[in-house]
Amino acid sequence: MMTRRLFGLAAAGLLALGLAAPGTPAAANGKFILVQSTTSTQNSGLFDHILPIFTDKTGIEVRVVAVGTGQAIKNAANGDGDVLFVHARPAEEKFVAEGHGVARFDVMYNDFVIVGPPADPAGIKGMTDVTAALGRIAEAEAPFASRGDDSGTNKAELRLWKAAGIDVSEASGGWYRETGSGMGATLNAGTAMGAYIMTDRATWIAFGNKGDYAIAVEGDERLFNQYGIILVNPEKHASVKADLGQQFVDWVLSEEGQAAIAGFEVNGQQLFFPNAGG
Amino acid sequence: MDGFFGILGEAVALILAWDADLIEIIGLSLRVTLTAVGIACLIGLPLGALVGTFRFPGRTAVTVLLNALMGLPPVVVGLIVYLMLSASGPLGVLGLLYTPTAMIVAQTILVTPIVAALTRQVVEDLNREYAEQFASLGVGPLDRVAALLWDARYSLLTVALAGFGRAVAEVGAVFIVGGNINHVTRVMTTTIALETSKGNLQLALALGVVLLGLAVAVNALAMTLRVSAQRAAYA
Repeated sequence: MMTRRLFGLAAAGLLALGLAAPGTPAAANGKFILVQSTTSTQNSGLFDHILPIFTDKTGIEVRVVAVGTGQAIKNAANGDGDVLFVHARPAEEKFVAEGHGVARFDVMYNDFVIVGPPADPAGIKGMTDVTAALGRIAEAEAPFASRGDDSGTNKAELRLWKAAGIDVSEASGGWYRETGSGMGATLNAGTAMGAYIMTDRATWIAFGNKGDYAIAVEGDERLFNQYGIILVNPEKHASVKADLGQQFVDWVLSEEGQAAIAGFEVNGQQLFFPNAGG
Repeated sequence: MDGFFGILGEAVALILAWDADLIEIIGLSLRVTLTAVGIACLIGLPLGALVGTFRFPGRTAVTVLLNALMGLPPVVVGLIVYLMLSASGPLGVLGLLYTPTAMIVAQTILVTPIVAALTRQVVEDLNREYAEQFASLGVGPLDRVAALLWDARYSLLTVALAGFGRAVAEVGAVFIVGGNINHVTRVMTTTIALETSKGNLQLALALGVVLLGLAVAVNALAMTLRVSAQRAAYA
Protein backbone atom coordinates (compact mmCIF):
# COMPACT_ATOMS: atom_id res chain seq x y z
CA MET A 1 0.00 0.00 0.00
CA MET A 2 2.84 2.30 0.91
CA THR A 3 4.58 1.50 -2.33
CA ARG A 4 1.50 2.42 -4.27
CA ARG A 5 1.55 5.75 -2.52
CA LEU A 6 5.16 6.24 -3.56
CA PHE A 7 4.33 5.70 -7.21
CA GLY A 8 1.30 7.92 -6.83
CA LEU A 9 3.52 10.62 -5.41
CA ALA A 10 6.09 10.18 -8.14
CA ALA A 11 3.42 10.34 -10.82
CA ALA A 12 1.87 13.46 -9.31
CA GLY A 13 5.29 15.03 -9.03
CA LEU A 14 6.08 14.28 -12.63
CA LEU A 15 2.77 15.69 -13.75
CA ALA A 16 3.41 18.90 -11.84
CA LEU A 17 6.88 19.17 -13.31
CA GLY A 18 5.64 18.42 -16.78
CA LEU A 19 3.03 21.16 -16.47
CA ALA A 20 5.61 23.59 -15.19
CA ALA A 21 8.03 22.75 -18.00
CA PRO A 22 7.88 24.64 -21.24
CA GLY A 23 6.97 21.81 -23.56
CA THR A 24 7.15 23.65 -26.82
CA PRO A 25 9.65 26.19 -28.06
CA ALA A 26 8.48 29.46 -26.57
CA ALA A 27 7.48 30.81 -29.96
CA ALA A 28 3.78 30.19 -29.47
CA ASN A 29 3.10 33.90 -29.75
CA GLY A 30 4.52 34.27 -33.20
CA LYS A 31 7.31 34.63 -35.63
CA PHE A 32 10.96 34.48 -34.72
CA ILE A 33 14.28 34.03 -36.43
CA LEU A 34 17.57 32.74 -35.15
CA VAL A 35 20.71 34.77 -35.78
CA GLN A 36 24.14 33.20 -35.36
CA SER A 37 26.39 36.05 -34.35
CA THR A 38 29.49 36.96 -32.42
CA THR A 39 30.23 37.89 -28.86
CA SER A 40 31.44 41.39 -29.83
CA THR A 41 28.01 42.44 -31.12
CA GLN A 42 26.22 40.97 -28.12
CA ASN A 43 28.61 41.94 -25.32
CA SER A 44 28.81 45.56 -26.48
CA GLY A 45 25.01 45.85 -26.21
CA LEU A 46 24.44 46.59 -29.91
CA PHE A 47 21.73 43.97 -30.26
CA ASP A 48 19.88 45.21 -27.19
CA HIS A 49 19.76 48.57 -28.94
CA ILE A 50 18.78 47.67 -32.51
CA LEU A 51 16.71 44.48 -32.22
CA PRO A 52 13.75 45.98 -30.33
CA ILE A 53 13.41 48.57 -33.11
CA PHE A 54 13.17 45.82 -35.72
CA THR A 55 10.80 43.71 -33.62
CA ASP A 56 8.48 46.67 -32.96
CA LYS A 57 8.28 47.36 -36.67
CA THR A 58 7.81 43.82 -38.00
CA GLY A 59 6.61 41.71 -35.07
CA ILE A 60 9.49 39.33 -35.73
CA GLU A 61 11.40 38.27 -32.63
CA VAL A 62 15.14 37.92 -33.16
CA ARG A 63 16.92 35.26 -31.12
CA VAL A 64 20.66 35.66 -31.00
CA VAL A 65 23.19 32.93 -30.36
CA ALA A 66 26.44 34.74 -29.61
CA VAL A 67 29.57 32.64 -30.05
CA GLY A 68 32.94 33.07 -31.76
CA THR A 69 32.80 33.70 -35.51
CA GLY A 70 34.28 30.28 -36.27
CA GLN A 71 31.62 28.48 -34.25
CA ALA A 72 28.84 30.74 -35.56
CA ILE A 73 29.76 29.88 -39.14
CA LYS A 74 29.86 26.16 -38.36
CA ASN A 75 26.49 26.30 -36.62
CA ALA A 76 24.97 28.14 -39.58
CA ALA A 77 26.58 25.66 -42.00
CA ASN A 78 24.71 22.95 -40.09
CA GLY A 79 21.49 24.85 -40.78
CA ASP A 80 21.13 25.96 -37.16
CA GLY A 81 20.19 29.55 -37.80
CA ASP A 82 18.44 31.72 -40.36
CA VAL A 83 20.93 34.57 -40.56
CA LEU A 84 24.69 34.76 -40.04
CA PHE A 85 26.05 38.09 -38.75
CA VAL A 86 29.81 37.90 -38.17
CA HIS A 87 33.17 39.49 -38.92
CA ALA A 88 35.64 37.40 -40.92
CA ARG A 89 35.28 38.28 -44.57
CA PRO A 90 37.30 35.43 -46.14
CA ALA A 91 35.43 32.83 -44.07
CA GLU A 92 32.10 34.48 -44.90
CA GLU A 93 32.85 34.41 -48.62
CA LYS A 94 33.81 30.77 -48.34
CA PHE A 95 30.51 30.11 -46.54
CA VAL A 96 28.60 31.62 -49.48
CA ALA A 97 30.79 29.92 -52.08
CA GLU A 98 30.07 26.55 -50.50
CA GLY A 99 26.38 27.19 -50.96
CA HIS A 100 25.52 27.61 -47.26
CA GLY A 101 24.64 31.27 -47.68
CA VAL A 102 22.63 33.18 -50.26
CA ALA A 103 24.77 36.32 -50.49
CA ARG A 104 27.03 38.39 -48.26
CA PHE A 105 26.57 42.09 -47.58
CA ASP A 106 28.73 44.61 -45.75
CA VAL A 107 26.87 45.94 -42.72
CA MET A 108 29.19 48.05 -40.59
CA TYR A 109 32.70 48.22 -39.27
CA ASN A 110 34.55 49.05 -36.16
CA ASP A 111 38.23 48.57 -35.50
CA PHE A 112 40.60 46.53 -33.47
CA VAL A 113 42.93 48.03 -30.92
CA ILE A 114 45.82 46.61 -28.93
CA VAL A 115 45.47 47.26 -25.23
CA GLY A 116 48.31 46.98 -22.80
CA PRO A 117 49.43 47.48 -19.19
CA PRO A 118 50.66 50.89 -18.00
CA ALA A 119 54.23 49.58 -17.68
CA ASP A 120 54.26 49.03 -21.49
CA PRO A 121 57.13 46.47 -21.49
CA ALA A 122 57.42 46.47 -25.29
CA GLY A 123 57.34 50.25 -25.55
CA ILE A 124 54.54 50.40 -28.14
CA LYS A 125 52.28 52.99 -26.57
CA GLY A 126 51.04 55.50 -29.12
CA MET A 127 52.25 53.56 -32.17
CA THR A 128 49.99 53.51 -35.22
CA ASP A 129 51.89 50.93 -37.28
CA VAL A 130 50.41 47.68 -36.02
CA THR A 131 52.92 45.26 -37.56
CA ALA A 132 55.83 47.28 -36.20
CA ALA A 133 54.20 47.20 -32.78
CA LEU A 134 53.76 43.43 -32.98
CA GLY A 135 57.40 43.17 -33.97
CA ARG A 136 58.44 45.00 -30.82
CA ILE A 137 56.25 42.77 -28.66
CA ALA A 138 57.90 39.68 -30.17
CA GLU A 139 61.35 41.19 -29.78
CA ALA A 140 60.75 42.06 -26.13
CA GLU A 141 59.00 38.72 -25.67
CA ALA A 142 56.36 40.66 -23.76
CA PRO A 143 53.33 38.53 -22.87
CA PHE A 144 50.56 38.64 -25.47
CA ALA A 145 47.16 37.01 -24.84
CA SER A 146 45.49 35.66 -27.97
CA ARG A 147 41.91 34.41 -28.34
CA GLY A 148 43.22 31.23 -29.97
CA ASP A 149 39.64 30.21 -30.79
CA ASP A 150 39.36 30.67 -34.56
CA SER A 151 37.08 33.65 -34.02
CA GLY A 152 36.98 36.66 -36.35
CA THR A 153 39.25 38.58 -33.99
CA ASN A 154 41.64 35.65 -33.76
CA LYS A 155 41.79 35.29 -37.56
CA ALA A 156 42.48 39.02 -37.95
CA GLU A 157 45.20 38.87 -35.28
CA LEU A 158 46.91 35.92 -36.95
CA ARG A 159 46.85 37.74 -40.32
CA LEU A 160 48.65 40.65 -38.68
CA TRP A 161 51.33 38.44 -37.09
CA LYS A 162 51.88 36.91 -40.49
CA ALA A 163 52.15 40.35 -42.07
CA ALA A 164 54.73 41.22 -39.39
CA GLY A 165 56.70 38.13 -40.36
CA ILE A 166 56.45 36.49 -36.96
CA ASP A 167 55.64 32.84 -36.38
CA VAL A 168 53.73 32.91 -33.10
CA SER A 169 53.23 29.13 -33.00
CA GLU A 170 56.85 28.84 -31.85
CA ALA A 171 56.22 31.16 -28.93
CA SER A 172 52.91 29.54 -27.94
CA GLY A 173 52.99 28.69 -24.27
CA GLY A 174 55.84 31.13 -23.78
CA TRP A 175 55.18 34.85 -24.19
CA TYR A 176 52.39 34.11 -26.70
CA ARG A 177 49.43 32.75 -24.75
CA GLU A 178 46.32 31.33 -26.39
CA THR A 179 43.37 31.39 -24.01
CA GLY A 180 41.07 29.43 -26.33
CA SER A 181 38.10 31.46 -25.19
CA GLY A 182 35.92 34.46 -25.97
CA MET A 183 36.94 38.12 -26.10
CA GLY A 184 35.75 38.89 -22.58
CA ALA A 185 37.40 35.86 -21.04
CA THR A 186 40.62 36.68 -22.89
CA LEU A 187 40.52 40.26 -21.61
CA ASN A 188 39.94 39.02 -18.07
CA ALA A 189 42.88 36.61 -18.35
CA GLY A 190 45.17 38.94 -20.29
CA THR A 191 44.79 41.91 -17.98
CA ALA A 192 45.43 39.63 -15.01
CA MET A 193 48.72 38.38 -16.50
CA GLY A 194 49.92 41.79 -17.68
CA ALA A 195 49.73 40.79 -21.34
CA TYR A 196 49.01 42.83 -24.46
CA ILE A 197 45.66 41.93 -26.01
CA MET A 198 44.13 42.68 -29.39
CA THR A 199 40.42 43.35 -29.04
CA ASP A 200 37.66 44.96 -31.04
CA ARG A 201 37.05 48.50 -29.85
CA ALA A 202 33.38 47.89 -29.10
CA THR A 203 34.05 45.10 -26.62
CA TRP A 204 36.86 47.10 -25.04
CA ILE A 205 34.78 50.23 -24.46
CA ALA A 206 31.90 48.25 -22.98
CA PHE A 207 34.20 45.98 -20.94
CA GLY A 208 33.76 46.40 -17.20
CA ASN A 209 37.04 45.00 -15.87
CA LYS A 210 39.68 47.17 -17.54
CA GLY A 211 41.76 47.69 -14.42
CA ASP A 212 44.63 50.09 -15.25
CA TYR A 213 44.80 48.99 -18.90
CA ALA A 214 44.62 51.45 -21.78
CA ILE A 215 44.73 51.41 -25.55
CA ALA A 216 48.34 51.20 -26.77
CA VAL A 217 47.97 50.86 -30.54
CA GLU A 218 45.14 52.13 -32.73
CA GLY A 219 44.46 53.88 -36.01
CA ASP A 220 46.16 51.52 -38.48
CA GLU A 221 43.81 50.80 -41.38
CA ARG A 222 44.85 47.15 -41.19
CA LEU A 223 42.97 47.08 -37.86
CA PHE A 224 39.72 47.70 -39.74
CA ASN A 225 37.05 45.19 -38.66
CA GLN A 226 34.28 44.63 -41.22
CA TYR A 227 31.00 42.94 -40.29
CA GLY A 228 28.91 41.10 -42.86
CA ILE A 229 25.42 39.64 -42.92
CA ILE A 230 24.31 36.54 -44.80
CA LEU A 231 20.95 34.80 -45.18
CA VAL A 232 21.47 31.06 -44.70
CA ASN A 233 20.58 29.26 -47.92
CA PRO A 234 17.07 27.75 -47.69
CA GLU A 235 17.84 25.53 -50.67
CA LYS A 236 20.57 23.87 -48.65
CA HIS A 237 18.73 23.86 -45.32
CA ALA A 238 14.97 23.43 -45.51
CA SER A 239 14.41 24.63 -41.95
CA VAL A 240 15.64 28.15 -42.73
CA LYS A 241 12.95 30.81 -42.48
CA ALA A 242 13.99 32.53 -45.66
CA ASP A 243 11.19 35.08 -45.75
CA LEU A 244 11.61 36.31 -42.15
CA GLY A 245 15.39 36.14 -42.35
CA GLN A 246 15.41 38.17 -45.56
CA GLN A 247 13.25 40.80 -43.86
CA PHE A 248 15.87 41.13 -41.14
CA VAL A 249 18.76 41.32 -43.61
CA ASP A 250 16.89 43.95 -45.65
CA TRP A 251 16.16 45.98 -42.54
CA VAL A 252 19.75 45.92 -41.28
CA LEU A 253 20.92 47.15 -44.68
CA SER A 254 18.15 49.74 -44.96
CA GLU A 255 18.52 53.39 -44.07
CA GLU A 256 16.58 52.80 -40.85
CA GLY A 257 18.69 49.84 -39.79
CA GLN A 258 21.92 51.63 -40.58
CA ALA A 259 20.76 54.67 -38.62
CA ALA A 260 19.95 52.43 -35.65
CA ILE A 261 23.51 51.02 -35.74
CA ALA A 262 25.01 54.52 -35.95
CA GLY A 263 22.83 55.64 -33.05
CA PHE A 264 24.22 53.07 -30.66
CA GLU A 265 26.61 54.62 -28.17
CA VAL A 266 28.35 53.55 -24.99
CA ASN A 267 29.67 56.30 -22.73
CA GLY A 268 28.96 58.79 -25.49
CA GLN A 269 31.08 56.90 -28.04
CA GLN A 270 29.73 55.46 -31.25
CA LEU A 271 30.92 51.84 -31.48
CA PHE A 272 29.91 50.68 -34.94
CA PHE A 273 30.01 52.59 -38.23
CA PRO A 274 27.42 51.50 -40.80
CA ASN A 275 28.71 51.07 -44.34
CA ALA A 276 26.14 48.95 -46.17
CA GLY A 277 26.23 49.43 -49.91
CA GLY A 278 29.52 51.29 -49.47
CA MET B 1 36.75 45.33 -6.52
CA ASP B 2 34.90 46.11 -3.33
CA GLY B 3 35.68 42.82 -1.66
CA PHE B 4 33.43 40.06 -0.55
CA PHE B 5 30.95 42.09 1.48
CA GLY B 6 30.40 44.51 -1.36
CA ILE B 7 29.49 41.60 -3.59
CA LEU B 8 27.25 40.11 -0.94
CA GLY B 9 25.51 43.46 -0.68
CA GLU B 10 25.06 43.57 -4.43
CA ALA B 11 23.55 40.08 -4.38
CA VAL B 12 21.05 41.12 -1.72
CA ALA B 13 20.26 44.26 -3.69
CA LEU B 14 19.72 42.14 -6.81
CA ILE B 15 17.21 39.97 -4.98
CA LEU B 16 15.46 42.92 -3.37
CA ALA B 17 15.18 44.72 -6.71
CA TRP B 18 13.58 41.53 -8.01
CA ASP B 19 13.47 42.71 -11.56
CA ALA B 20 11.49 40.81 -14.17
CA ASP B 21 14.56 39.59 -16.07
CA LEU B 22 16.09 38.03 -12.99
CA ILE B 23 12.82 36.30 -12.08
CA GLU B 24 12.55 34.95 -15.61
CA ILE B 25 16.10 33.60 -15.50
CA ILE B 26 15.65 32.02 -12.06
CA GLY B 27 12.32 30.55 -13.15
CA LEU B 28 13.80 28.99 -16.27
CA SER B 29 16.76 27.60 -14.31
CA LEU B 30 14.38 25.92 -11.88
CA ARG B 31 12.04 24.62 -14.57
CA VAL B 32 14.79 23.14 -16.69
CA THR B 33 16.71 21.60 -13.81
CA LEU B 34 13.74 20.29 -11.82
CA THR B 35 12.22 18.73 -14.94
CA ALA B 36 15.54 17.11 -15.85
CA VAL B 37 15.98 15.79 -12.31
CA GLY B 38 12.36 14.52 -12.31
CA ILE B 39 12.87 12.58 -15.54
CA ALA B 40 16.29 11.37 -14.39
CA CYS B 41 14.67 10.00 -11.19
CA LEU B 42 11.94 8.24 -13.16
CA ILE B 43 14.62 6.45 -15.18
CA GLY B 44 17.47 6.27 -12.68
CA LEU B 45 15.62 5.12 -9.53
CA PRO B 46 14.14 1.93 -11.07
CA LEU B 47 17.30 1.29 -13.09
CA GLY B 48 19.57 1.66 -10.08
CA ALA B 49 17.22 -0.43 -7.94
CA LEU B 50 17.13 -3.25 -10.49
CA VAL B 51 20.91 -3.36 -10.74
CA GLY B 52 21.22 -3.12 -6.96
CA THR B 53 18.70 -5.88 -6.21
CA PHE B 54 19.25 -8.63 -8.76
CA ARG B 55 22.21 -10.65 -9.90
CA PHE B 56 22.67 -11.06 -13.62
CA PRO B 57 25.58 -11.59 -16.01
CA GLY B 58 27.52 -8.40 -16.62
CA ARG B 59 26.23 -6.75 -13.47
CA THR B 60 29.67 -5.59 -12.41
CA ALA B 61 30.26 -4.10 -15.83
CA VAL B 62 26.96 -2.22 -15.66
CA THR B 63 27.86 -0.94 -12.19
CA VAL B 64 31.26 0.26 -13.36
CA LEU B 65 29.68 1.93 -16.37
CA LEU B 66 27.05 3.73 -14.27
CA ASN B 67 29.68 4.93 -11.84
CA ALA B 68 31.93 6.12 -14.65
CA LEU B 69 29.09 7.99 -16.37
CA MET B 70 28.69 10.10 -13.23
CA GLY B 71 31.77 11.91 -14.49
CA LEU B 72 30.34 12.78 -17.92
CA PRO B 73 31.75 16.17 -18.94
CA PRO B 74 28.85 18.61 -19.50
CA VAL B 75 30.50 20.10 -22.59
CA VAL B 76 30.71 16.69 -24.22
CA VAL B 77 27.07 15.96 -23.42
CA GLY B 78 26.16 19.37 -24.84
CA LEU B 79 28.09 18.64 -28.00
CA ILE B 80 26.45 15.24 -28.49
CA VAL B 81 22.96 16.64 -27.92
CA TYR B 82 23.79 19.54 -30.27
CA LEU B 83 24.86 17.12 -33.03
CA MET B 84 21.67 15.08 -32.53
CA LEU B 85 19.32 18.08 -32.52
CA SER B 86 21.12 20.20 -35.13
CA ALA B 87 19.16 20.85 -38.32
CA SER B 88 21.62 18.57 -40.08
CA GLY B 89 21.52 15.95 -37.29
CA PRO B 90 19.26 12.89 -37.06
CA LEU B 91 16.69 14.60 -34.84
CA GLY B 92 16.89 18.00 -36.51
CA VAL B 93 13.34 17.79 -37.82
CA LEU B 94 12.04 18.15 -34.27
CA GLY B 95 13.28 21.74 -34.21
CA LEU B 96 14.32 21.43 -30.56
CA LEU B 97 17.77 23.04 -30.72
CA TYR B 98 18.01 26.35 -28.83
CA THR B 99 14.88 25.62 -26.80
CA PRO B 100 14.48 24.84 -23.09
CA THR B 101 13.52 21.29 -24.09
CA ALA B 102 17.00 20.75 -25.53
CA MET B 103 18.47 21.94 -22.24
CA ILE B 104 16.25 19.49 -20.32
CA VAL B 105 17.41 16.65 -22.57
CA ALA B 106 21.08 17.49 -21.99
CA GLN B 107 20.70 17.80 -18.22
CA THR B 108 18.68 14.59 -18.04
CA ILE B 109 21.56 12.76 -19.71
CA LEU B 110 23.95 14.29 -17.19
CA VAL B 111 21.87 13.53 -14.11
CA THR B 112 20.43 10.06 -14.86
CA PRO B 113 23.74 8.20 -14.30
CA ILE B 114 24.21 9.99 -10.99
CA VAL B 115 20.76 9.01 -9.78
CA ALA B 116 21.10 5.44 -11.08
CA ALA B 117 24.60 4.86 -9.69
CA LEU B 118 23.85 6.24 -6.22
CA THR B 119 20.48 4.46 -6.09
CA ARG B 120 22.22 1.20 -6.94
CA GLN B 121 24.53 1.57 -3.96
CA VAL B 122 21.77 2.55 -1.53
CA VAL B 123 19.43 -0.23 -2.66
CA GLU B 124 22.17 -2.87 -2.73
CA ASP B 125 23.11 -2.13 0.87
CA LEU B 126 19.50 -2.25 1.99
CA ASN B 127 18.84 -5.41 0.01
CA ARG B 128 21.61 -7.17 1.92
CA GLU B 129 19.75 -6.41 5.17
CA TYR B 130 16.36 -7.46 3.79
CA ALA B 131 17.40 -10.50 1.75
CA GLU B 132 16.51 -13.12 4.35
CA GLN B 133 13.18 -11.56 5.15
CA PHE B 134 12.28 -11.31 1.49
CA ALA B 135 13.19 -14.97 1.03
CA SER B 136 11.21 -16.19 4.04
CA LEU B 137 8.17 -14.18 3.08
CA GLY B 138 8.44 -15.22 -0.55
CA VAL B 139 8.28 -11.64 -1.83
CA GLY B 140 8.15 -11.36 -5.63
CA PRO B 141 10.84 -9.47 -7.56
CA LEU B 142 8.79 -6.36 -8.38
CA ASP B 143 7.51 -6.03 -4.83
CA ARG B 144 11.08 -6.33 -3.62
CA VAL B 145 12.24 -3.45 -5.75
CA ALA B 146 9.26 -1.35 -4.71
CA ALA B 147 9.76 -2.10 -1.01
CA LEU B 148 13.47 -1.32 -1.18
CA LEU B 149 12.89 1.96 -2.99
CA TRP B 150 10.24 2.96 -0.50
CA ASP B 151 12.28 2.10 2.57
CA ALA B 152 15.30 3.91 1.16
CA ARG B 153 13.24 6.98 0.25
CA TYR B 154 15.04 9.39 2.58
CA SER B 155 18.45 8.38 1.24
CA LEU B 156 17.07 8.59 -2.27
CA LEU B 157 15.93 12.14 -1.62
CA THR B 158 19.58 12.99 -1.04
CA VAL B 159 20.40 11.15 -4.27
CA ALA B 160 17.92 13.36 -6.12
CA LEU B 161 19.45 16.44 -4.49
CA ALA B 162 22.90 15.37 -5.66
CA GLY B 163 21.49 15.24 -9.18
CA PHE B 164 19.87 18.63 -8.72
CA GLY B 165 23.17 20.10 -7.56
CA ARG B 166 24.96 18.79 -10.61
CA ALA B 167 22.32 20.10 -13.03
CA VAL B 168 21.68 23.52 -11.56
CA ALA B 169 25.38 24.37 -11.43
CA GLU B 170 26.17 23.14 -14.93
CA VAL B 171 26.94 25.61 -17.70
CA GLY B 172 28.77 23.74 -20.49
CA ALA B 173 25.87 21.69 -21.81
CA VAL B 174 23.09 24.27 -21.59
CA PHE B 175 25.28 26.91 -23.26
CA ILE B 176 25.79 24.75 -26.34
CA VAL B 177 22.26 23.36 -26.77
CA GLY B 178 20.39 26.38 -25.42
CA GLY B 179 22.51 29.11 -26.97
CA ASN B 180 22.01 31.50 -24.03
CA ILE B 181 19.31 33.36 -25.98
CA ASN B 182 17.89 36.28 -24.03
CA HIS B 183 14.33 35.62 -22.77
CA VAL B 184 14.34 32.14 -24.32
CA THR B 185 17.14 29.94 -23.02
CA ARG B 186 19.10 32.16 -20.63
CA VAL B 187 19.54 30.55 -17.21
CA MET B 188 21.50 31.45 -14.10
CA THR B 189 24.76 29.76 -15.06
CA THR B 190 24.83 31.09 -18.63
CA THR B 191 24.06 34.58 -17.34
CA ILE B 192 26.98 34.33 -14.93
CA ALA B 193 29.26 33.23 -17.78
CA LEU B 194 28.00 36.08 -19.95
CA GLU B 195 28.50 38.74 -17.29
CA THR B 196 31.98 37.39 -16.58
CA SER B 197 32.83 37.72 -20.28
CA LYS B 198 31.60 41.30 -20.19
CA GLY B 199 34.01 41.95 -17.35
CA ASN B 200 31.16 42.60 -14.91
CA LEU B 201 32.76 40.41 -12.30
CA GLN B 202 30.84 41.83 -9.37
CA LEU B 203 27.47 41.30 -11.00
CA ALA B 204 28.56 37.81 -12.06
CA LEU B 205 29.59 36.93 -8.53
CA ALA B 206 26.40 38.44 -7.09
CA LEU B 207 24.39 36.25 -9.47
CA GLY B 208 26.48 33.34 -8.22
CA VAL B 209 25.44 34.15 -4.68
CA VAL B 210 21.81 34.21 -5.82
CA LEU B 211 22.28 30.80 -7.47
CA LEU B 212 23.80 29.45 -4.27
CA GLY B 213 20.81 30.82 -2.35
CA LEU B 214 18.51 29.04 -4.78
CA ALA B 215 20.28 25.74 -4.17
CA VAL B 216 20.06 26.27 -0.41
CA ALA B 217 16.33 27.01 -0.70
CA VAL B 218 15.63 23.86 -2.72
CA ASN B 219 17.64 21.74 -0.30
CA ALA B 220 15.94 23.30 2.71
CA LEU B 221 12.55 22.59 1.16
CA ALA B 222 13.51 18.96 0.56
CA MET B 223 14.76 18.65 4.13
CA THR B 224 11.54 20.14 5.48
CA LEU B 225 9.50 17.64 3.48
CA ARG B 226 11.63 14.85 4.82
CA VAL B 227 11.33 15.91 8.44
CA SER B 228 7.59 16.40 8.27
CA ALA B 229 7.17 13.06 6.51
CA GLN B 230 9.20 11.36 9.23
CA ARG B 231 7.13 13.04 11.93
CA ALA B 232 3.94 11.92 10.24
CA ALA B 233 5.28 8.37 9.98
CA TYR B 234 6.13 8.12 13.69
CA ALA B 235 3.17 10.09 14.98
